Amino acid sequence: MEFIIEILSIPIIQSILKIIFIILLFAMPLGTVLTLMERKWSAMIQDRVGPNRANIGKYTGHGLLHIAADGLKSIFKEDTIPHGANGFLYLIAPFFGMIAGVATFAIIPIAGPIGDFTFQVTDIEPGLLFIFAITSLSVYGAVLAGTSSNSKFALLGGTRASAQMISYEVFMGLALMGIFMVYGSTRVSVIVDGQNEYWFGNLIPMWGVFTQPLGFFLFFTALIAETKRAPFDAPEGESEIVAGYFLEYSGMRWSAFMLAEYIAVAGVAVLMTTLFFGGYHVPWLHLWESAPQWLITILQITKFSIVTIFFCWIQIQLRWTLPKFRFDQTMSLGWKKLLPLSLANTTLTAVVVLTFM
Amino acid sequence: MSLATQQLGSLVTTPPQGDSDTSIMKIEIGPSHPAMHGIVRFTTYLDGEVIVGMEPEIGYLHRGFEKESENSKWIQIVPYTDRLNYVSPLLNNIGYSMAVEKLYGIEPPKRAEYTRVIMGEISRITDHLTCVGAASMEVGAFTFFLWFIKAREYLWELVEEVTGARLTTNWTRFGGNATDIPDGFFDALQERLDKVKDIMAECDKLLTRNKIFIDRVKDVGTFSKEDAISFGFTGPMLRACGVPFDVRRSDPYSVYDEMDFEIPIGSTGDCFDRYLVRMEEIRQSISIIEQAADKMPAGPIMTDERLMHYPDKKEVYGNIEGLIDHFKLVMEGHQPPEGEVYVPTEGGNGEIGFYVVSDGSGDPVRVRMRPACFNYVEAMPAMTVGHYVADIVPIFGSVNMIGGELDR
Repeated sequence: MEFIIEILSIPIIQSILKIIFIILLFAMPLGTVLTLMERKWSAMIQDRVGPNRANIGKYTGHGLLHIAADGLKSIFKEDTIPHGANGFLYLIAPFFGMIAGVATFAIIPIAGPIGDFTFQVTDIEPGLLFIFAITSLSVYGAVLAGTSSNSKFALLGGTRASAQMISYEVFMGLALMGIFMVYGSTRVSVIVDGQNEYWFGNLIPMWGVFTQPLGFFLFFTALIAETKRAPFDAPEGESEIVAGYFLEYSGMRWSAFMLAEYIAVAGVAVLMTTLFFGGYHVPWLHLWESAPQWLITILQITKFSIVTIFFCWIQIQLRWTLPKFRFDQTMSLGWKKLLPLSLANTTLTAVVVLTFM
Repeated sequence: MSLATQQLGSLVTTPPQGDSDTSIMKIEIGPSHPAMHGIVRFTTYLDGEVIVGMEPEIGYLHRGFEKESENSKWIQIVPYTDRLNYVSPLLNNIGYSMAVEKLYGIEPPKRAEYTRVIMGEISRITDHLTCVGAASMEVGAFTFFLWFIKAREYLWELVEEVTGARLTTNWTRFGGNATDIPDGFFDALQERLDKVKDIMAECDKLLTRNKIFIDRVKDVGTFSKEDAISFGFTGPMLRACGVPFDVRRSDPYSVYDEMDFEIPIGSTGDCFDRYLVRMEEIRQSISIIEQAADKMPAGPIMTDERLMHYPDKKEVYGNIEGLIDHFKLVMEGHQPPEGEVYVPTEGGNGEIGFYVVSDGSGDPVRVRMRPACFNYVEAMPAMTVGHYVADIVPIFGSVNMIGGELDR
């Protein structure tokens, strides 16, 4: 027993365990379940039943087995490489998006620290700058897939993806400037703790959404555009360029793109939760002083998960409600509307922070 | 000759060249492509994302309808017409039967005419629902599409109650209809129409004032009145350009002159106008159906003329004329008098015209159908050149090409 505790106290072992817990037990399952949830939720919106046929004997689990069925199907499908494609780039392209999506979770705390132990893989000083760096990696996935496929549709998709994602990174960063100024750090744990304070006594928690309402909308829009989901899915453009940059992929590599998209959805949701909805902090919980630590942790994880799922739901609802932007409209929305707005938001926040805080 | 027409002429013959520092990308859109509803191919030339040239290629769904008709009896062609515009088969049935009736110089009884109006307008609604739904789906409003398909389903169930089939209706005969409307039909009709109205109202809220949707379709595929007329546009496409031409009003056939309805027109002829015109026509059609249901007279659904339909079995076994009629119809089929006629009707998608030639024998000499969407597909280059490649989707969606009708 002591031996086990000794091993568990080694920082590197702790980090590995956290990676396993947060990524394998939180991010990946959330992404996988979202593939089914999107189909089920869209079915509810559209007066359909949704997937319910995959079964083991008489057990269908309301379509839950479709996750396994889809996975199995993709594994056993042929992994085709189109004639004239650049083999190496073509083969590695699907994994950029997935790596970038999963890496987002590395700096997200899903519950408050207990003693020295944090529920966060790493709390690095650059914090959110790490997210910006990592998400720009996922551009490579789309661009490489688009250019290496030797397909004109994929090329168009790849070009659109690169332009759109690089543009929206600008507004993503600018939209968060306000948050950095209000909470005075880029470190995630500082931002989360900053949101545990209250205005007017104990009335309103200082969540990002209240301190930075405009920043909230700008950042959310930029993030959705960054993940190339509807209404900003011109790079995929299913009706005109068929499937865009991943048109030629099949089998598990295609699934990697699909999974990357849903992990990105989950990533957007955890970022929104962490930066704008108080992270893991349960509001007004500090009023209950005698709460046991284990209960607080459970409540924190629950609150974090609920808000995360709420934001996943919002994204799915958006996708099935709104039509798509055309590619040039996406760009002009970004450069002509979001850029001035985020600059104005940054300036205004700077003035307010300098004057009042 | 207008600019667009000249453009079309030059584009088909020589593919465009890029200027010195760009090159033109040739991209084949179709025949198997999500936005190509039927099967059609557009050889598209792109400069970046902008279309600089396009050549439509049709004929992938050619089944030889016209040649096949020459080798059939007159009545055997009715089921073929189901497969022309397969989202509004009843309108084709009615158009073809009217052409043969004009050859004969007969008219169906009033009750048959009113039933044809009701069923024809139901088909027009299903046609518009399919077109608007599919076009919206392709600009991303997938939910809208499925809601419209749900509405279409309500109406197709009505069609099934009357004709026995949803798509392969084979319903009209020369001088009447195959079946009368069943008991309790009007209650079901009113209930379904109310449901369709509800869905229309819901979808209106979802899409008509949606900024993203308007951005996608407004000023896209704009077409002037003059161009539209010179390309031979008809139906909703022409009305969206601002020409109030509707065969039901300009050349009233059947009992449309007893109906009170309005012809919606657009102003610029862009995709948004076409959307609005079709949405309004659905409401007008609902109103026509309600009027026709109110005025529905009693009486037979088949003409009394001899040699138009099989006589009653009582006549066949009890009467020499009946027996002869039966024998002649079985052995020789319908024999319209010698002559040729062209009968235009207002289809869901524009003017459906049947040109039939008879030499007095039991076999048609020629059965030619004027497809409404042929002219629209011909005008695709003129509508799309200069737009982005993504604009092909709303433009082609609003054109409502039906492969079965286009390629025949």
